This record gives sequence, structure tokens and C-alpha cells, in this order.
Amino acid sequence: MTGFRTLFVKEIIRFWKVAFQTVMAPVLTALLYLLIFAHVLDEHVEVYPGVSYTAFLMPGLVMMSVLQNAFANSSSSLIQSKITGNIVFVLLPPLSYLEFFAAYLLAAMARGLMVGLGVLLAGFLFTDLTLAHPGWILVFAVLSSAAFACIGIMAGIWADKFDHMAGIQNFVIVPLTFLSGVFYSIHSLPAFWQTVSHYNPVFYMIDGFRHGFHDVSDVSPVHALAVILPVTLVLCALSLQMLRSGYKLRP
Amino acid sequence: MTPAVRVSGLEKRYGSVHALRGVDLDIQPGEFFALLGPNGAGKTTLISILAGLTRATSGQVQVMGHDVVRDYRAARVKLGVVPQELVFDPFFTVRETLRFQSGYFGLGRNDDWIDELLDNLGLTGKADANMRRLSGGMKRRVLVAQALVHKPPVIVLDEPTAGVDVELRQSLWAFIRRLNREGHTILLTTHYLDEAEALCHRVAMLKEGRVVALDRTEALLDNADERMLELRLETDELPPALAARLSGRAGDVYRFALRDFAEAEPLLGSLREAGIRILDMSVRQTDLEEVFIRIMAKGT
Ligand SMILES: Nc1ncnc2c1ncn2[C@@H]1O[C@H](COP(=O)(O)OP(=O)(O)OP(=O)(O)O)[C@@H](O)[C@H]1O
Ligand SMILES: [Mg+2]
Repeated sequence: MTGFRTLFVKEIIRFWKVAFQTVMAPVLTALLYLLIFAHVLDEHVEVYPGVSYTAFLMPGLVMMSVLQNAFANSSSSLIQSKITGNIVFVLLPPLSYLEFFAAYLLAAMARGLMVGLGVLLAGFLFTDLTLAHPGWILVFAVLSSAAFACIGIMAGIWADKFDHMAGIQNFVIVPLTFLSGVFYSIHSLPAFWQTVSHYNPVFYMIDGFRHGFHDVSDVSPVHALAVILPVTLVLCALSLQMLRSGYKLRP
Repeated sequence: MTPAVRVSGLEKRYGSVHALRGVDLDIQPGEFFALLGPNGAGKTTLISILAGLTRATSGQVQVMGHDVVRDYRAARVKLGVVPQELVFDPFFTVRETLRFQSGYFGLGRNDDWIDELLDNLGLTGKADANMRRLSGGMKRRVLVAQALVHKPPVIVLDEPTAGVDVELRQSLWAFIRRLNREGHTILLTTHYLDEAEALCHRVAMLKEGRVVALDRTEALLDNADERMLELRLETDELPPALAARLSGRAGDVYRFALRDFAEAEPLLGSLREAGIRILDMSVRQTDLEEVFIRIMAKGT
């Protein structure tokens, strides 16, 4: 237990020491999106009846921040340790792969959720947000951050250099999060893109999360959960298997 | 008695590179053991397998009787490794680094021992300095401290004195010797063969992934059995009888191999008879470096 706790705390301190970059900066980025899109579109767009565009946008932005930062934390921590070589400090001790996984997972979730909370709190300054179902909000935030923390762990283990990581960031993470209905309801898309979006798990993360605030969504939260829960579990299992096999970490 | 380290039939391939080609080795508890070999011989590879950083292609390794794969947790608790590469985490101070390392080994409060380590390694003044701000030698000391946070019975040092100044080298060896006297088993790799000769009870020499010599340090030196008589002579040429016995020459320094010191006297007599003046004289015992060079020069 001490081993796990130490690694978890170390991972938290690692990003907290540079919180300006790892927490404040992403909150600021999300707020810039909010200001620009809300300012331009608030008068013109109403996605759901009775919900202003700014209010519609908020949960999506919060979730996008959660996902991107959960991913960024585990992936950047691992790739940095690998490239600088100090990964040996956590490979030499008697940490089980389960402890290793849990520490990186939970620290990444913590950063994602912290940034998400920051965006949310700041968002209250700009718009009236209701919390229709706090339970759903929590469930989707936790599961989704876990899923992206896992993707970060796998990417961090797989990547050999920062280029690889930038590739995953640009060709997987950004498209997944942007083509997911953060800025729009997928019902406003052409039929083809609607179908494509239904294959994007992030769509369900955001849709379920948004339901927690506004009590309206494209699909029901139970449906969204039925997609997200297995996806998250599979990602956890894959990460664990990767760690257990020693893939790339213990060649 | 369970050996501190047992390596049996160890093979490692990295793709087409055959880094270890069947290594067998036992290191007894309390030994100070040297693993020597030229660059690329496989020393670090062997240590990496021992530490669980790399997996063997085939063969087994045990630390204090614990298999490093099947029983990895028990094996790793018994092992402290100073890696060859100078690695550090730039986010933390020296003390934070050592506290985290203690925690990874399951030790909650370890400050007393950490302070003792800092003291013994001359790091007390740097305890709260960020790792980034330390000189190379200082970083090396922290690596040594990190390997020792959990007081491992088996300590592995992979070239701990590369790029380290004389003073630290002395104090480091004094400290490691003390640990060895207190019962810790030490496995050392180094390219400074005088260090190995002075410190180690036994030596294994590795070449291209095979053990080509394995014996007590004294035995290796004894088998080499030669002494070298070095004479600076005031002559350009030796009489044929003496020239036949010559084993090397550099300028006016002539080297004669002696099987026994008793051979020296007749040799000097012959020189006197030939009227050759001796300007300087010294006798050199064969050292580990010569033994090493001789063994490595043999084909395998
Ligand atoms: N990760 C790796 N991938 C591929 N080949 C490797 C890897 N690590 C080591 N090797 C190869 O294995 C062989 C043994 O390397 P090793 O690092 O064990 O040598 P060494 O005895 O420690 O040498 P040195 O004295 O230079 O530290 C070398 O041919 C090396 O190129
Ligand atoms: Mg080496």
C-alpha cells in the first residue's frame, strides 16, 4: 500500500508543482473557447429548447478539458520518465503492476477532474447552469477521465519519442474530442456524420455528462452509460495487460 | 547456503544481438564481487535482468533465493541497484527523491537512515537542492543513496565511479566497504581494474556474453605468476644470451619476465659481466589489468 500511495502522491505533486501549466492554462484555454463561441453564437443558436448556447456548451467544454488533461497527465509523465531514464526508479522497487496502474490512473484522473472543476467554476460566472442530476455528472466525469487516463498510460508506454506522442495527440485525441458534439448537437449534422459520431465513445461521454446538467440529451444517459462503462473497463484491462506483460517497459 | 545471486543458463537476445550466451554464476552472501568486461560484453544486460528491468530470453536468476520473475517482489526488496546511466527526476529535491524511493519500497518513515546516507555520501548540504542543480558527481551520489534507501542485502553498482572525482571515489569505496563488512553482498562493474583488484574478493570476466574467467582475485593474479623486472640500461644492444630472455622494450627500458624472484640475481650478474650499466630498476607485480588484457586477447 505504501508503494502505491507514494507513487500516487509523487504523480500528483509532479503536476501540482507546475500547476500553472497543467491546471490553470487548460482552464484558461477552455474559457477562451467559451468566450468566443458563446459570444458569436449565443444569440443565433439554440440546440435544446430553453437552453442557451452558452449553457449548452459548458458541459461539453468541461468534459473536453477533463479528457484531454487526464490523457496528458499519464502520457506525459510516462514518456518523460522513459526518455530521461528515471522510469528505473519505479521499475526497480517491488511495486506490482496493479499498484503501478492504479497510481498513474488515479493521478491522471485527479488532474483531469481538477481542470474540469476549474472550468466549471469559472463557467458559473458566465452562465446560469443547473445541475439537474449531480449523480450522472459524477458518473460520467469519473468514467470518462478513467478511460482517457488509460489511453494516456498506453500511449506513454508505447511511444518511444515525443513525436509519437504528438501524433497520438493530433490524430486520435483531438479528433475524438472535437468530433463528439462539444460544440453542437449531433442531430444538426448530416446523416453520415451522425452515424460516424455514434461510433465515437466520446460522444456518449459528453452527451451523458450534459444530461446531468440540462436533463436533455441526444441519447438517454442509461444508453450512454451502457457504452461508456464497457469501453472504460476494456481500456483498463488493456492497460493492465500491457503493464503485466512488461511491454516496452521491461524489454 | 543460499547464494546471494544465482545466475544459471542465462541467455539474452535483443533482436539479432546475442548479448548473453549462457552465463552461470553464483555470488555468495558477503562477497565483494567484480563483473568485468569490455564495452558491450553484457554486464549491464546481466544486471538489468537481475533487477527485473529486462527479461531473459532463457535461463534463471535468483536474488537471495527468490526468482526475479516469479517472485519479483521478494527479489527486488533484497536488491539495490545503482544504474550506469546518470538519471534523475528534475522535478524534485534530493531529499524528496530519497523519500519517494523509500516509499516505493514500502518504507513510510525513513528519515533517520536517509540522513545517515546523505552524511556518508557528502550530500547533507545538498539535501534541499533541486536535482537539476547538482553536478554530475553529486547526481551519482544521489543514485547511490537511492539504491540504499531500503538497506538491501545485495547491492549492485554499475560503474559507480565513472566521472567521479578522487575524493568521492575514496569516500564512496570506504562506505561501500563498510557495508560489505556489515554483511552486504556487493556486485560491482567497473573499467578501473585497480579498483576491482583492491576491493573485490572474486572476479568474473565477461566477453561477448560469455564468462571467460571466474576466480578469486588472488588466484587470477597468481596464475599469471609472472613478475616483470624493468631495467633502464645504458646500452643500445644486449648480448644474444640476454636478448633471448627479453620480453619487451620501450626506448632504453628493457623488460624481463621472471617466474620467480630468484631469477633476478643471475640476470643482473650477466649484465654486470657484459659491462652494461643499470641506470634504474623496478619490479612490477602483474596486475589485474594485465591479466584482463591477456584473457581478453585469447580467442573464445
Ligand atoms: N536495449 C537494447 N537493445 C538492443 N541491444 C542492446 C540493448 N541493450 C544492450 N544491447 C546490446 O547488448 C550488448 C551488451 O550490452 P551491455 O550494455 O550489457 O554491455 P556492457 O558490458 O554493460 O557494456 P559497457 O561497459 O559499455 O557498459 C551490446 O552489444 C549492446 O549493443
Ligand atoms: Mg554497461
